Amino acid sequence: MDYTPPPLFNRGPTPFVRLLLCALLSIGLLIADARLDYLDGIRQVVAVVVYPLQRLAGTPASIFDRIGDFFVTQARLRNDNTRLAEQNLQNAAKLRQFEALSAENTHLRDLLTARQKFPAGTLMAEVLYAGRDPFTRRVIIDKGLQDDIKAGQPVIDEIGVIGQITRVYPWLSEVTLITDKDQVVPVQNLRNGLRAVLGGTGNDGELELKFIPLNADFQTGDQLVTSGIDAVYPPGLPVAQVSNVERNAAYLFARITCKPLAGVSSHAQVLVVNWENKVPERPQPAEKSTGGKRRRGS
Amino acid sequence: MQNESRPQTILLPVKPLFIAFTLVAALLANLLPWSGWPLAIKPDFVALIVLHWCILQPRRAGFTVAMLFGLAMDVADGSLLGQHALAYSMLAFAGIVLHRRVLSFTMKDQILHVIPLLLANDVIVLVVRKLAGGEFPGITYFCGSIIAGALWMPLCYLLKLPQIPTPDPDHV
Repeated sequence: MDYTPPPLFNRGPTPFVRLLLCALLSIGLLIADARLDYLDGIRQVVAVVVYPLQRLAGTPASIFDRIGDFFVTQARLRNDNTRLAEQNLQNAAKLRQFEALSAENTHLRDLLTARQKFPAGTLMAEVLYAGRDPFTRRVIIDKGLQDDIKAGQPVIDEIGVIGQITRVYPWLSEVTLITDKDQVVPVQNLRNGLRAVLGGTGNDGELELKFIPLNADFQTGDQLVTSGIDAVYPPGLPVAQVSNVERNAAYLFARITCKPLAGVSSHAQVLVVNWENKVPERPQPAEKSTGGKRRRGS
Repeated sequence: MQNESRPQTILLPVKPLFIAFTLVAALLANLLPWSGWPLAIKPDFVALIVLHWCILQPRRAGFTVAMLFGLAMDVADGSLLGQHALAYSMLAFAGIVLHRRVLSFTMKDQILHVIPLLLANDVIVLVVRKLAGGEFPGITYFCGSIIAGALWMPLCYLLKLPQIPTPDPDHV
């Protein structure tokens, strides 16, 4: 006869069983997130729940900032004002030139019946905080789905490219900085037009040109701008400056380190670029195998 | 073993709402806009509080709490969904299994239990990220847990305050 004691002190499954359940669930989530990208829905829901807390947590710092702003000295304001006025004057002159050149460019492109370049619109966003994940280089900005931000848009500051939007939440979005290990930007050397791929290293203030042959013409001090062939970044945005070129015949590629131009990890306001490049569809590859053989046979 | 020789007050039962409040406060502390070197050595407050309640109140706080707050941390950090959930549930397991043992030690020896547990928490996150192709962020990554260990004593004192009964002069 089977005798089991009455469940007087029933506590449910043992801690070990619970741990197994939780671990399986988390590992399932991890795999679904890292390998399969299934979990955007869950992420959005939890993000909406956490959002008020994030805003609340950011409040003391923003209040502190505002108090600091309130007590700026008059001298500093005057200094800023003169500096900005001067800069404005210089920029205005450049802008006139730019307008003339851009009109001329449109005209020339019309004459050559070349494709027109689309102007890029921008949207200003404020950096709320730096990403806390120590494995990646990210910042969170205060514009999201509500402001029509889409994943993949480039983000710049007044000097150059700082990164790209990688994840969009309803009111926030995540910008992966160009210094992130997995972030790459297609660039072009301003001096000679050589194209290359610029990747982050995971360290602040250091980028690396990838897969450059030893004899390629890159020198310390070269300016790198976006090449625009990826149809993500508009062409001509400054990205980085070559800081060190190391050519060692023992390796296949030259080791070229660069310094980002924009203040990648030190800014309060950034611009999200809205640039849709309508690339014509890729032409179908010509059929060659069957045609060639037949001609030879006949 | 010295706990038994010291005079002890009989504590009031802890309110579930207070546990929830401390957990949310810890989440808030994690969500503060940390940057620069404070970010590098910031203790993980949620891990610390989850461990605290799993050790002191294993019947009130456990795996559900660990999983939920782990997911919240994952989304807020923008990290892989599930990495903190996994690490916190391991922490909850360790806390629940070891709670009698840890509480029988003095405060100083409790800290020596807490730090390795929090370091194990970090190592789990590290392994998960390594497998997903991340880069080791440097040895400062572990500083947070050591500092969290130093916070254990004041934390235990603070979180016990609402449970200490107020002496009633009319009652003998």
